[in-house]
Amino acid sequence: MADTASSPLLATPLNAAHRTLGAKMVPFAGYDMPVQYPAGVLAEHNWTRSHAGLFDVSHMGQATIEGPDFATIARALEALVPADILGLVHGQQRYSQLTNAEGGILDDLMITRPATLEEAQYVYLVVNAGCKEADYAHIAANLPQGLRLVRGEDRALLAVQGPRAVDVLRRLGCGAVDLAFMRAGWFDLAGHRCHISRSGYTGEDGFEISVKADAAEALWTRLLADADVKPIGLGARDSLRLEAGLCLYGHDIDTTTSPIEAGLQWSIQKRRREEGGFPGAARVQRELREGPYRVRVGLLPEGKAPAREGTAILDPATGLPLGTVTSGGFGPTLNGPLAMGYVPPTHTAVGTPVHLLVRGKPHPARVAAMPFVPNRYVRSPK
Amino acid sequence: MTIRYTKDHEYVRVEGDTGVVGITDYAQEKLGDVVYVELPEVGAKIEQGKQVAVVESVKAAAEVYAPVAGEVVAVNGALPDSPGTVNEAPMGAGWFLKIKLANRNDLDGLMTEEQYKVYLESLS
Repeated sequence: MADTASSPLLATPLNAAHRTLGAKMVPFAGYDMPVQYPAGVLAEHNWTRSHAGLFDVSHMGQATIEGPDFATIARALEALVPADILGLVHGQQRYSQLTNAEGGILDDLMITRPATLEEAQYVYLVVNAGCKEADYAHIAANLPQGLRLVRGEDRALLAVQGPRAVDVLRRLGCGAVDLAFMRAGWFDLAGHRCHISRSGYTGEDGFEISVKADAAEALWTRLLADADVKPIGLGARDSLRLEAGLCLYGHDIDTTTSPIEAGLQWSIQKRRREEGGFPGAARVQRELREGPYRVRVGLLPEGKAPAREGTAILDPATGLPLGTVTSGGFGPTLNGPLAMGYVPPTHTAVGTPVHLLVRGKPHPARVAAMPFVPNRYVRSPK
Repeated sequence: MTIRYTKDHEYVRVEGDTGVVGITDYAQEKLGDVVYVELPEVGAKIEQGKQVAVVESVKAAAEVYAPVAGEVVAVNGALPDSPGTVNEAPMGAGWFLKIKLANRNDLDGLMTEEQYKVYLESLS
């Protein structure tokens, strides 16, 4: 369990709502956040997979980069991230990383081009809570004249995730139900003007909803009034994303891991792979050509013992260390332990046997394909 | 019936020369949904205060320390397949193991129910 931070904790606009619901609050990335509600992590996880879970992710950083025209903004951003930003169509969202000069990852983020032509020229970013101050300083310091970073401090971010998330929004008459996965736009939701994207961090279909902070509690309450919706804490958010094979910054990716080592080459489009032009491009291009020294893989223990972050991964033949578990625990949908970690390229084939050193004892495990639980993104909505 | 508690939230319920060991309601509540329990071998000799079992929730792993020294004479074989019993009945069906007390004086250093209640209040 997390230690109490020494500096005063920040609160999201939904802090009082969490307490009213009986949430267990913990410090997370400087915020006082709900780790679980009375239902508990298992029930919350399973509810999200079967119905719709409502998450407060307002601790995450929302910001825009504003400038004279989209191409200028996109070029400035491409100097900081390896994704193709120039190629974004209106209303398209991409996952990317802020990289450092050595090709390590400073943070991972979502980047969205606004849906309509009429709007002011900007690109919308969502970054990790624990990285946002450093991210904003890094971005602002690297923007050319005429562009500016605008922090969206007055906004809350809610996520509705699960197979019934679309039904919940449909019942509220929201046009966002017609979005495809990784598309976004401005919509009216229960009388509030919201920026909504069809994306999330659970492997399920779902939506992330940016709303003005002063409307957050009203929207939260309205969404919770739907019988298919229950509030979900950070505990289940972590087990859901782990089953979905998604990286958690500061654990599975950090300033030493490259996007290629982390298996995120899918997030670097062809033109950027060829042209480079982002920090650490030399390393990324070399690793694309020659392969990285280590690769993030999924791991399935053969027994029931969970292998947590920091667990050593050993070669069963020699007993020598291969790498380290970066995230691990129990997957409620999988109904068993699961983990991810880094191993040399010689040990990445699915089914490769390894040992996980749990409390001094080697436990047999196998390299497994990710996601551990099939994702259910809706790429072409009806 | 004598029940004694540790500061790490284990209990030992003394039945004759045997102590039934588990974690308290406070501990299960703090831990959340238990998904894994690791128990010692029957016959293992355990020192007081040393790790004797492991309990894990979705969120975290915790060690269970022996409240008393002695030989493990039984373990709750139902727990590994239904670890949620620890949440449902920590003081009952969710017991972990039974230790044949090597030294009854071990109990003297532990808290009574009354003392444990006061201790819990001091934590909140």
